[in-house]
Amino acid sequence: MSKLLTVSPSPHVHSSDSTQKIMYRVIYAMIPALIWSVFMFGIDALRVTLIAVAACVAFEYLIQKYLMKVTPSVTDGSAIITGILLAFNVPSNLPWWIILIGAMAAMGIGKLSFGGLGSNIFNPALVGRVFLLLSFPVQMTSWPGIKMAAVDAVSTATPLALIKESVKNGVPIAKIEGLPGLGDLAIGMNAGSLGEVSALLLVLGGIYMIWKKVITWHIPVSILATVLVFSGIFWGINPEMYVNPAFHIMTGGLMLGAIFMATDMVTSPMNPKAQIIYGIGIGLITISIRMFGAYPEGISFAILIMNAVTPLLNYYIKPKRFGGQ
Amino acid sequence: MLKTFKIGGVHPPENKLSKDRKIEVLSIPSAVFIPVAQHIGAPSTPVVKKGDKVKVGQVIAQSSSFVSTNIHSSVSGTVKKVDFSADSSGYPKQGIFIDVEGDEWMEDIDRSETLVKDISVDGAEIVKKIQECGIVGLGGATFPTHVKLVPPKGMKAEVLLINGVECEPYLTSDHRLMLEKADEILVGIQLLMKAMNVDKAVIGIENNKPDAIQLLSEKCKTVAGVSVVALKVQYPQGGEKQLINAVTGHEVPSGALPIAVGAVVSNVGTAFAVYEAIQKNKPLFERVVTVTGKGVSKPSNFLVRVGTATSELVEAAGGLPENTGKIISGGPMMGRAISSLDIPVTKGTSGILLMKEEESKREEIIACIRCSRCVSVCPMGLEPYLLMTLGEKQIYDRAESERVMDCIECGSCSYTCPSNRPLLDYIRFGKGKVGQIIRSRKK
Ligand code: SF4
Ligand code: SF4
Repeated sequence: MSKLLTVSPSPHVHSSDSTQKIMYRVIYAMIPALIWSVFMFGIDALRVTLIAVAACVAFEYLIQKYLMKVTPSVTDGSAIITGILLAFNVPSNLPWWIILIGAMAAMGIGKLSFGGLGSNIFNPALVGRVFLLLSFPVQMTSWPGIKMAAVDAVSTATPLALIKESVKNGVPIAKIEGLPGLGDLAIGMNAGSLGEVSALLLVLGGIYMIWKKVITWHIPVSILATVLVFSGIFWGINPEMYVNPAFHIMTGGLMLGAIFMATDMVTSPMNPKAQIIYGIGIGLITISIRMFGAYPEGISFAILIMNAVTPLLNYYIKPKRFGGQ
Repeated sequence: MLKTFKIGGVHPPENKLSKDRKIEVLSIPSAVFIPVAQHIGAPSTPVVKKGDKVKVGQVIAQSSSFVSTNIHSSVSGTVKKVDFSADSSGYPKQGIFIDVEGDEWMEDIDRSETLVKDISVDGAEIVKKIQECGIVGLGGATFPTHVKLVPPKGMKAEVLLINGVECEPYLTSDHRLMLEKADEILVGIQLLMKAMNVDKAVIGIENNKPDAIQLLSEKCKTVAGVSVVALKVQYPQGGEKQLINAVTGHEVPSGALPIAVGAVVSNVGTAFAVYEAIQKNKPLFERVVTVTGKGVSKPSNFLVRVGTATSELVEAAGGLPENTGKIISGGPMMGRAISSLDIPVTKGTSGILLMKEEESKREEIIACIRCSRCVSVCPMGLEPYLLMTLGEKQIYDRAESERVMDCIECGSCSYTCPSNRPLLDYIRFGKGKVGQIIRSRKK
């Protein structure tokens, strides 16, 4: 025979899945919420998202090419996800240069300083967000009102910030003015960052990702269940001081965090048992911060803290072995 | 709900191109090369020399220890030489070259097609005959069958599981055998049951072979103790431990043999070979081989004499396609890529798969995104991404405690990894090293 045959070890076939496809599915899952946020906050939302995505992609490319001197891997789509998530985590009126700084922190500190895709410990978008929150607290927490004319409750404080403030001043929950109802929260009629706007559309994205096997249910469900139960206990004890659990679930980026950020594969645990522990941890820390801490939202910090615990969980919690332990 | 094994698994495209092609008898080649190591265990010892005349079914290499087996001539003719040549491992192995003259069988072999149902021998004789006739597991593992039938001291077999799963994509030799030799297989199963002294046997067949499930279920009605269970299509269900788990729900403990949960697993092809050995006095020297591939003009199932060169099978299936990039002995998940068409069919060759050039290249390896898919598909509940890293970094003690030795090398992890990481390559390497360490510790 004239031609040489390939000889390589088994398996000789490969599934049609690729990392790039997985990343793009995450992007598709975020599109409904993105469109809705443009609808709610106007073209500003699109501006923030485009700047964030372009900046994340550009920073990854430049840092990999000129600083790390490796072949840039921007085509894998993960930088786009980080960009969208970063945009989802900031107010729509954030100045462009602050977005750039956030993108630089996300890609440079959050991702590439650890070695790039797959090696980072913390969710890059959250690193970017927290970096901005600490550096530009004023700009990061002044929320524009929603642009939909039909709604008169144009508030500039997020519902959770409002509650935190009022409760501190001794106003019982029922008396707080300007709190959106649960129905409004579900479709996004409240002030907040881009990605906080519609719990329903975020859930839709989550279902799509579970259907496409991008993520499993373990992390989002364990976070949501923990938040429900834990905040439910407090609410049961004193509904004057503590808001009801459904409110917690629908506000403060909890859905966004539980569905899109805590599930980031790179920074979350690798088997169902560990993922459930991780989810419970995020739920507990989030509610603790909301109730006793200084920040009204809490989920970003909770995820970052559990990101740091992930290597330990991977080390100690093993998948169910065949043939017993 | 159809049964299947509980942990992991994948479902690659089935591509059973040759499933409707009846088994054809391949014409006898002009020469054969019969390796003396066609089974797990010690290679057999050649008992013929250059110039000897041999008949079909004559012993040409003798079993050299308990875990070994006889090798029989598959042709009649003259021994040309006893020499080394490559087998499917790619390494030169000792074997017997025979130039074919005619087709003269040993006189005591019953060559008629009549079905012999009555079992006239006792268990011990069956085991002895199986050993003499050189029968090994025909599913690909090639473990000598008589060894499995004799449980270690203190253990008792309770059930015989017959593997009709054929979970490897493309392969159809077991499927065809079940359709065309159902009666013989059932007698073979009864013989195995008698040899093991069990009164229960279950044939596991995946649901993508409804015709075989129906036929065997029908025929089982008249056979006491034998039943068929339809299984959900899931790779690697043909793995012994996975099949036992799917059918009985038991998990064979780490490091133990199936007999630890009272099960012995045999392939349908093996059951057929047992029938022929006991009822027809015919040693194992031919088997059904699927020849297939997307570019193959006539995907086929052939009854082939052991020792026939791969080229003969490929020719009979319509010739080697222009753009063939890889030739695999076995299925695409666990088979071996062979480097030449001269390599002979042996007892363990279940198929020859010709892959096109574009199918045979691996894709670019990129970083692990820690998606944990490899973990979720591993049928042994291992963490392939971790075992790969441990293999790569040569951290063998940790690899051992992470149970690298449990890996059955099914390839589900590498198949699934979206970053195209060569997980099994490194795991195999680590497994080899850890195995060495364990053996040296025992000494
Ligand atoms: S090859 Fe080994 S590690 Fe990979 S999936 Fe199969 S058993 Fe698990
Ligand atoms: S499947 Fe591949 S990318 Fe995913 S965790 Fe395993 S090795 Fe990493």
